[in-house]
Amino acid sequence: MIEVNALSKRFGDVVAVEDLSFRVGAGEILGFLGPNGAGKSTTMRVIAGFIAPSGGSAAVCGHDVVREPLAARRALGYLPEGAPAWPEMTPRGFLGFIADVRGLAGEHRRRRLDDVVGRLGLAPVLDRSIETLSKGFKRRVGLAQAILHDPPVLVLDEPTDGLDPNQKHEVRALIREMAPGKTIVISTHILEEVHAVCTRAIIVARGRLLADERPAALEARSRYHGAVTATLAAAADLDRAAALLAELPGVTAVERSADEPRLTALAAPGAALFDPVAAALERGHVALHELRLETGRLDEVFRTITTAAEAQP
Amino acid sequence: MTGLGAVYRRELASYFATPLAYVFIVIFLLLAGAFTFWLGGFYERGQADLAPFFNFHPWLYLFLVPAVAMRLWAEERRSGSIELLLTLPLRPATAVAAKFLAAWTFVAIALALTFPIWITVNYLGAPDNGAIVAGYLGSLAMAGGFLAIGSCLSAATRSQVIAFILTVVVCFVLLLAGYPLVLDAFRGWAPPALVDAVASLSLLTHFQAISKGVLDLRDCLYFAMTIGAWLYATTLVLELRKAD
Repeated sequence: MIEVNALSKRFGDVVAVEDLSFRVGAGEILGFLGPNGAGKSTTMRVIAGFIAPSGGSAAVCGHDVVREPLAARRALGYLPEGAPAWPEMTPRGFLGFIADVRGLAGEHRRRRLDDVVGRLGLAPVLDRSIETLSKGFKRRVGLAQAILHDPPVLVLDEPTDGLDPNQKHEVRALIREMAPGKTIVISTHILEEVHAVCTRAIIVARGRLLADERPAALEARSRYHGAVTATLAAAADLDRAAALLAELPGVTAVERSADEPRLTALAAPGAALFDPVAAALERGHVALHELRLETGRLDEVFRTITTAAEAQP
Repeated sequence: MTGLGAVYRRELASYFATPLAYVFIVIFLLLAGAFTFWLGGFYERGQADLAPFFNFHPWLYLFLVPAVAMRLWAEERRSGSIELLLTLPLRPATAVAAKFLAAWTFVAIALALTFPIWITVNYLGAPDNGAIVAGYLGSLAMAGGFLAIGSCLSAATRSQVIAFILTVVVCFVLLLAGYPLVLDAFRGWAPPALVDAVASLSLLTHFQAISKGVLDLRDCLYFAMTIGAWLYATTLVLELRKAD
């Protein structure tokens, strides 16, 4: 469990995090979202005990990160941003070192090492120096280090940054697989990741908490939530179709795509538009390629929330 | 203390994983030999002792030891591995001590490889081997002092070049603290007690006492306290500016 309470961090005059509070329980995967420089990494560094908070507190499994730093760090697996390691070491030497520092010994040590090497597919590169590895393998070595002692709490700062789509998929699968019983926080600015792995998402900007919800609830904040998008067969029908949709009850606006014969009817809160739109277009004999109900656009919610915060003085 | 051993072993191995260790050892041995035989007049003196060998160590260390020390923390900071190291369940003091001990062991290995000169002097005459052992210990203690200073200054910056230059300057001032070059800067304005205090900080005076074969408790304490104080300062500097 992670508890962050009224946390703030200043670097000189710069306020990196301000009055941030949240809790993450076992079994949750929290997505930590925000624009670059929003205070995500700073918050994670405080939780990991790398930097001390200027105010407020953070605790890992009940251990305050300032008063009981060693107990907190033992309960925590941490992947720092960019997955740093010692470039001249091999993954075998590196993981062996982490195991030694974390006090793993004997049969248990061997089993844990085998487990992470197997899970992250490190076997083919175990004896090559880390500096010669691809970005994907470097990231995996960093992840292996974080989960080596099977910690109850994982804090991963941009675990999929710089990976190719296949590697991203693998890392997300790995995170989901480990999730039961663990508390996981991942920071990211890739919004599809929130869908793919997170059970909850918080959005921060300028060090302040702006939203703390399930991904679906965040999407519901989108003005596209409940909207219906129609892709027409012929661009000639666009004006007529737009007029038809605009007359429907519950439609607040109709947006046109700039480069495709596509219309989006935005829904008033609570309005169910799919059937009325389908019926109206059929009555008007508008030929369709596709008709789609939108759940909401996370990137749009993200932009709306964070740009509003940036605009504030 | 499992962490201390693990960090120590990792650090020591890392010296030998790069050409740095071999370059350092070769240059150290070449320069030590050159100073002893040409500048020190090892043969011409006609005395069976290692004074010409040890006398040049402070000057040799002045440039070589900061080269070892400069990477201690600056490199970790630059590559970001400092964040990994200091979020492991280790006290910062443990990490500082382990890294220092590994660097010191490395210099000790280089120093130990000068053993042929000890064999030579025993072959040529009958030296006071007790004095030679004291000389080696004094030399090692001084290297430890330089390393501790370098450790602290390396923790203060992410640039190895800055760490190197600062360490050379601080070591140079401390070496000569008992000599007019440094003392004259204080004599004009400082009370005599302060001038004496500065003079007693001189690494060279303490080193020369030991290298003559006199293992005085005061000199040993001096080196122990120098190392301890600078390592403590390293820990403080790290705590203050870990994330910069």
